[in-house]
Amino acid sequence: MMKNPYLPLPMKLVKNFTETEDKLIHTFTLQFLSEEDEKSFPYMPGQFAELCVFGKGEAPFGIASSPTEPGFLKFSVAKVGTVSTALHMLEEGSIVGVRGPLGNSYPVEQFKGKDVVIIGGGFAFTTLRSLATYMMHPDRRSDYGKITVIYGARNPGLLLYKDELAAWEASPDIDLITTVDREAEGWNGRVGFIPSVTGEVAPSASNAHAIICGPPVMIKFTMPVLEKLGFTPETTIMSLENRMKCGIGMCGRCNVGGKYVCKDGPVFTRAQLNELPNEY
Amino acid sequence: MIVSKKDIPNLLDKMIAEYDVLAPVKKDNFTVFKPIASGADAVLGEGNTKLPAKELFFPQSEKLFSYSVTEEGAKLDAPMDDKKKVLFGVRPCDARSLKLLDNVFDNDKFQDPYYLTRRANTVMVGIGCNMPSSTCFCTSVNSGPFDTSGLDILLVDTGDAYVVELVTDKGKALADQAGLAAASDADKTAAAAAKEAAVVTCQVNTDGLKAKLDVNFYDPIWEKIHEKCLGCGACTYLCPTCHCFDIVDDAVDCAGCRVRNWDSCAFPLFTLHGSGHNPRTSNKERYRNRIMHKFKYFVDNFNEIGCVGCGRCIKNCPVNMDIRVVLENIRGSEARLDS
Ligand SMILES: Cc1cc2nc3c(=O)[nH]c(=O)nc-3n(C[C@H](O)[C@H](O)[C@H](O)COP(=O)(O)OP(=O)(O)OC[C@H]3O[C@@H](n4cnc5c(N)ncnc54)[C@H](O)[C@@H]3O)c2cc1C
Ligand code: SF4
Ligand code: SF4
Ligand code: FES
Repeated sequence: MMKNPYLPLPMKLVKNFTETEDKLIHTFTLQFLSEEDEKSFPYMPGQFAELCVFGKGEAPFGIASSPTEPGFLKFSVAKVGTVSTALHMLEEGSIVGVRGPLGNSYPVEQFKGKDVVIIGGGFAFTTLRSLATYMMHPDRRSDYGKITVIYGARNPGLLLYKDELAAWEASPDIDLITTVDREAEGWNGRVGFIPSVTGEVAPSASNAHAIICGPPVMIKFTMPVLEKLGFTPETTIMSLENRMKCGIGMCGRCNVGGKYVCKDGPVFTRAQLNELPNEY
Repeated sequence: MIVSKKDIPNLLDKMIAEYDVLAPVKKDNFTVFKPIASGADAVLGEGNTKLPAKELFFPQSEKLFSYSVTEEGAKLDAPMDDKKKVLFGVRPCDARSLKLLDNVFDNDKFQDPYYLTRRANTVMVGIGCNMPSSTCFCTSVNSGPFDTSGLDILLVDTGDAYVVELVTDKGKALADQAGLAAASDADKTAAAAAKEAAVVTCQVNTDGLKAKLDVNFYDPIWEKIHEKCLGCGACTYLCPTCHCFDIVDDAVDCAGCRVRNWDSCAFPLFTLHGSGHNPRTSNKERYRNRIMHKFKYFVDNFNEIGCVGCGRCIKNCPVNMDIRVVLENIRGSEARLDS
């Protein structure tokens, strides 16, 4: 029997956590129902899954947890439409469906022995959290050089994973720079947009990779900064979020040129994207 | 081998005992493929069916699974249609379209079990086209009125009979079961003559088309080409090689099913992001995608043109968009690398 890629794995929602002050982003912790189920879901940072609320449908979300955190999966979801709204309203203990893991992942093997610069804006920080958590694991930390994380949001209340950010702040394993767009009460960190903050922090591009995720405007203005710092199209990595349905290269909607973001991506180098039309 | 036309109903009746037999039947003033209960229902002399044969393997609407959710988990039940079938009277272009779709539903990473199970259990019996219609351009896209690439058996119409050509072992097994008479040399000559006489008059010059599409994504020609198109999507639904779909839930409370429905790249919602951003904002981008998909992306990915030249999109467009003219215009336009 061939594997049926349309069947979701039932999982238990153990935590429905309101992540941001505007309440529009919730983080969902899902627990595997059996060890066997967990084995059937081997994933790497950067992959995504189709998350379903039975009766409402399914939508793709980046996996925010790291494979170094066994037993559960985490997703941070913005409320925008049918499935995300239904998820936000779910009670803890409910059964949801997860189909995946889907897509490729960040090239962590290539990062070995190199510095890694992670740049995230807004709520696109999910798979970046997975990546940072993965690389910071005690078993792996020594595989990588310096890890720098530049993470910004419009205001402090919109930053995800605040407890973890505080821990990273204190950790010698990682250089965390958080920034918000405008001065805010009680905020002692940086103020400024990601592109200018990236320029100020000026991470070295020698023997380094940059991974950048965020809203299109942020990406657009950060690219020239990275170029100036010396990051090449080959060492600049992005993750695309085209609208998806099947996640397996069949339903036709997520293509950028001849590539399906779901099957051939979502992680691409800038060099790969330069070969494709700008349909994302 | 040979089978006389008057023996066809009998032959089909025998097959019906063992297989689900799908054949063209009359519906209003066109034909569609349906399971037939009696061999006499098959209408074989008409041209192509209105809807392509893809719907028999990839239905317009299909249940992927049903589910019931409890506190402990979810019970899923995925029906697989693994009935033995014969698709009788399919045209060579439609059969070829399924060969093309096999690349999509059995790709480098995933298999679609619904489509592939039906494909594996169906014997494709085609009839060659003695009288290609004025909108057919199969010979311009690596196919032809007697193309056997998607068939297990090809029938060649010689007037009162069909001369039977066995293409695959699957086809041979079906023909052996049917116990057909051998074709005489005269029959074979008649079949060769019928093939010779069938001329596809419409030719589309595709020389250099792919090379042009490789570089003309930002060419101003796209501004013009789509202008007439309404974005209704009729061409995509009727196209035997279009495969876009949506997946939705149909449910009451905790029990329901997940369903997939045909969708179309001609629609703006198809690619609309949750953020409101849309990578294919206007009809220009969407029409370009349809052409690029068939004549560039499909070639890049699978080394085949994603069109079989059936002409359905030409016959059924409410504003007479003609893909043959579109392709000629693109081919004749200046190649530009700038944006
Ligand atoms: C690889 C990948 C990873 C992602 N990761 C995340 C993540 O980690 N977190 C996250 O929050 N999001 C993520 N997304 C985005 C997420 O998939 C979308 O926001 C998704 O659309 C949410 O589904 P929904 O059912 O809630 O929204 P939908 O109901 O699909 O609605 C989305 C939007 O489409 C419009 N729309 C839909 N149907 C109609 C209609 N009939 N008429 C008019 N407008 C309509 C609405 O305006 C709405 O804004 C990711 C996407 C991808 C591809
Ligand atoms: S049938 Fe004609 S009008 Fe409709 S989408 Fe196709 S080309 Fe456009
Ligand atoms: S594009 Fe038109 S001619 Fe080509 S296969 Fe599709 S419907 Fe037939
Ligand atoms: S989501 Fe269906 S092809 Fe990518």
